[in-house]
Amino acid sequence: MSEALSDADIRHVAKLSRLRVEDSQVSAMRTQLTSILGHISKLQALPTEGVEPMAHPMRIVNRLGEDEPKPCMPVEEFLKNAPAVVDRFLAVPKVLGEGGGA
Amino acid sequence: MNAINASSVASIRSPKSLAEICADVRAGRSSARVRVDAFLAEIAARDGEIHAFNEVHADAARAAADAIDATVKAGRDPGTLAGAVIAIKDNIVMREGHTTCSSKMLANYRSPFDATVIERLRAAGAIFIGKTNLDEFAMGSSTENSAFGATRNPWDTSRVPGGSSGGSAAAVAAGFCDASLGSDTGGSIRQPAALCGCVGFKPTYGRVSRYGLVAFGSSLDQIGPFAHSVADAALVYDTIVGRDALDSTTADSPSTPLAAKVAEPLTKLRIGVPREYRSDANAPAVAAVLEKAIVAAKALGAEIVDIDLPLTDIGISTYYVIAPAEASSNLARYDGIRYGHRASLAPGDDLEDLYSKSRAEGFGPEVQRRIMLGTYVLSSGYYDAYYKRALQARRLIKEEFDRAFTQCDVVLGPTSPVVAFPFGGKKDPLSMYLCDVYTVNTNIAGIPGISFNGGYADELGTKLPVGLQLQAPAFAEETLLRAAAMLERACAD
Repeated sequence: MSEALSDADIRHVAKLSRLRVEDSQVSAMRTQLTSILGHISKLQALPTEGVEPMAHPMRIVNRLGEDEPKPCMPVEEFLKNAPAVVDRFLAVPKVLGEGGGA
Repeated sequence: MNAINASSVASIRSPKSLAEICADVRAGRSSARVRVDAFLAEIAARDGEIHAFNEVHADAARAAADAIDATVKAGRDPGTLAGAVIAIKDNIVMREGHTTCSSKMLANYRSPFDATVIERLRAAGAIFIGKTNLDEFAMGSSTENSAFGATRNPWDTSRVPGGSSGGSAAAVAAGFCDASLGSDTGGSIRQPAALCGCVGFKPTYGRVSRYGLVAFGSSLDQIGPFAHSVADAALVYDTIVGRDALDSTTADSPSTPLAAKVAEPLTKLRIGVPREYRSDANAPAVAAVLEKAIVAAKALGAEIVDIDLPLTDIGISTYYVIAPAEASSNLARYDGIRYGHRASLAPGDDLEDLYSKSRAEGFGPEVQRRIMLGTYVLSSGYYDAYYKRALQARRLIKEEFDRAFTQCDVVLGPTSPVVAFPFGGKKDPLSMYLCDVYTVNTNIAGIPGISFNGGYADELGTKLPVGLQLQAPAFAEETLLRAAAMLERACAD
């Protein structure tokens, strides 16, 4: 499982990660990720047959809060950090229509 | 010689404990404003060189101090932490100033709310002096990954302070505050505390609310204090610990105040020392400090038990699957839409371009590397081989600690195999990751750990601190802190 990654792998993972990668970066990323994955592959040698995966250190059971309505953050407060606003809405590029990516 | 030098650091330190300092403020024997002004003067004089802070909140700190002093004058009690001057890692949100995570992504972000830890400290009379530098989004072990420039180690400014909470560790070590808060996902409190010669304490997962801590690895992250002593750290911990309705992973287990208890020695302490922690990979000075501490612990009447933690080594592989996997999911929220950096678009660019350009411009190289790694190990075809297997290893590591704690009360070892290293000393990402060997398994198992100063190394004439770490079973903070206070005293003698 510790086979070297290809440039195509890097581009694929970057796409899944929603990260634009310049052609000049691909080779360095491939080398670094291959080296890290090579180390991580030590996990393959660990006997894990029948071991139940543990996603969390606590035995968590769903915890329900009281169903009490409370005031929420004012929209104005929320929008203070927004990069682009039109009226009281977040502005985004065109999603539908010609040239759109949807 | 780049060192600010240890004696100047030591001279700033008050001989009083934080509890005594706060008692003086509460009784009107000392002024919170005078204390704040003194710290601000130290920061103005020396933080240009150290760069512990991303932002100093001088006006807010002065106003808070004046309010504390006025409360005392009016005959009311400002709280147990009255006048305690505290610095906050810049990945914990508060209304004052910015919360940047030392990332271009959040360079202009101002939180509309306070984290629970901030609310609790404020209510106890603590004063916030500023936000401290970190490796971007808490990813790193040297604070070199900050988008705003590295923090320098107060003991030798040519060396790193450790990370990711390097600014919080350096702020305490340099005498810029009484205590600070950091966050620890794989050692990010304990390792910089070790490299800067102060105390750094990561509580049991679930002890302290994560509400308002910018998420990195949600099943691993925990907030904790940096301080000049175990007792001071306990006082801050007592204030922030406990169930929070805003973080459903906070534990119900009650916590009795520990600050007053830590000075009580434990009479029957069994200290486990794993063979794997006496590794040849430890720097000679680190190994020497550990062996000296073992002798000192025996002299105090503690029983030293040789134990085995053979999965120590697999921890790095396990951690560098789980933490990036969780990070890749947590950091998906930075999409340039609701807050954070948004890239400018070229004609014809669509929503996908907005996401991928904003993220590529906003995140630094290490954050991008970890997002990529996490996405890879979670992707179709690799999930079973990496992520599922890491979760199985996680259970085995936890069970290994459970078995160890049937033989001993606490586990002792070095916090880091190395002392503070020079800038650029760990350029290869993997070599940096390997420094976390003694700290990651604490988070993987969800148990508490504390680093305290065990002694010093002499690196070509420069005195550098060496940290020792104690780990204890989940929710055994009282044993952990009392044992740490015993060893802290013994190592200082």
